Amino acid sequence: MLLDLKKLKLRSVNEKLQNIDRKKNKRDFVISNPEGNHAVCAGLTDNIDVTIKGHVGYYCAGMNQNANITVEGNVGTGVAENMMSGNVHVKGNASQSAGATAHGGTLIIDGDTSSRCGISMKGIDIIVKGSVGHMSAFMAQSGNLVVFGDAGEALGDSLYETNIYVKGKVKSLGADCEEKKMNKQHKIKLKELLKKAGSNIKPEQFKRYGSARKLYNFNIDNVSNY
Amino acid sequence: MCGIVGIYLKSKKFEKSLGGMLSKMLVSMESRGPDSAGFAIYNKDKNKIYKYSICLNEMSFERFRKEIKKKIKLTKLDKNSDHVILKSTEKPSKIVPILEDFKEISLVGYGKSIEIFKQVGKPSNVVKKFDLNKFSGSHAIGHTRMATESAITTDGSHPYSTGEDECLVHNGSLSNHNNLRRKLKKNGSKFNSDNDTEVAAGYISNSLKDRNLKQTLKKGLSDLDGFYTFIAGTHSGFAILRDEIACKPAVIAETKDYVAISSEFQAMAHLPNVNSAKIFEPEPGVVYSWGK
Repeated sequence: MLLDLKKLKLRSVNEKLQNIDRKKNKRDFVISNPEGNHAVCAGLTDNIDVTIKGHVGYYCAGMNQNANITVEGNVGTGVAENMMSGNVHVKGNASQSAGATAHGGTLIIDGDTSSRCGISMKGIDIIVKGSVGHMSAFMAQSGNLVVFGDAGEALGDSLYETNIYVKGKVKSLGADCEEKKMNKQHKIKLKELLKKAGSNIKPEQFKRYGSARKLYNFNIDNVSNY
Repeated sequence: MCGIVGIYLKSKKFEKSLGGMLSKMLVSMESRGPDSAGFAIYNKDKNKIYKYSICLNEMSFERFRKEIKKKIKLTKLDKNSDHVILKSTEKPSKIVPILEDFKEISLVGYGKSIEIFKQVGKPSNVVKKFDLNKFSGSHAIGHTRMATESAITTDGSHPYSTGEDECLVHNGSLSNHNNLRRKLKKNGSKFNSDNDTEVAAGYISNSLKDRNLKQTLKKGLSDLDGFYTFIAGTHSGFAILRDEIACKPAVIAETKDYVAISSEFQAMAHLPNVNSAKIFEPEPGVVYSWGK
């Protein structure tokens, strides 16, 4: 079913997608002419497929549950922010704070993301086929961030228990983030994530980064790091 | 918040539609800045005539015309709503002090190419008021303001121009503008408002005496403290710079005919062939410039 944002109001499109009539069997939707609108496909809860044809603005697919959303273009700030489950696939680049605070689901970005990718992520798997900007995985708590390209400054600053896998160069690590040994269970998990992203790169080509766990509790000796 | 927009034309194809392109960009950034709006539009130099952009404020056009005629041998006065473009072959060193003596009006900019119009109110009303659609030119910069640190007035609106054919728009806030204003005043810079952006514009004008625009902005990274995305214009082009934290957004679309910059992509969604443009975000702390 085609939903043209040049003809329909954004709110009516989102309402339609948020209130799917389960008796009817329509599960495939295409949104045309998104023209950089914000909050396209925010708050979807059903297992439906939506393809957005073009560039979108902020908070696309925010709070997503169950839906599979593909963007054939670039996305603005906060794509899939606070996603709970489902899949979001961006075929272009993403702006800052991609996958912010998201609890679950998978976010795949074919291009690059700018700063703060995966900020405060809480369980989502984020796979970026390009590079990520500075302060990515800042205060990340759980889940996995996989980066095929390079990472900017202060990767994983104030990190909790997220696993970060980077294939390229890391400009610098943030406070309390360190390179970690890649164990068997990490390789298995990474292989599974790479498969999800349709990639046959070997897990061995990545380095793993995680929390040094020194800043979990306040310690006066670490005051300069907080 | 605040919205910033800019277009630099690489070919002559869109010169006549520059105003129309910028107008749509400004209107779509109304949600980021509903308090005031303004734009600087650059038209190629003509016969060494200087253009002085003046906001009349409360002064009537008739009274201004009468009084200015006593002081300057005029070429032309172009009235556009509450703004006037005064055209004269006389140099700024002569004209600017005369205009500064008029306490009621604001001189918002001058140069051989630049014309600046800015006013309080919604961007959609401001572009209508000045009929931005009819403007042509080589490049243009615009701003929609959500006031944070100084009053909603014409003097508090962007763009700020503190030198010949120079202008600046800013999304963000500076934290060291008071200190910097004091320093610049000592060196002879003049300021009309308490606004932080005006200080940054003054800083740029001062620095441009010894450097080019790219070098000036690069130096600004260490001298200007705060959050910013700047677009700075000169007679030949413009440049963009984001601070190194890069909280303030910007996106660039480049085609063979033009370069467009805006705070959000939706401001450029209507531009010709934008879907085949190279679209990217300027990296933090990196100066991007077009023109000389």
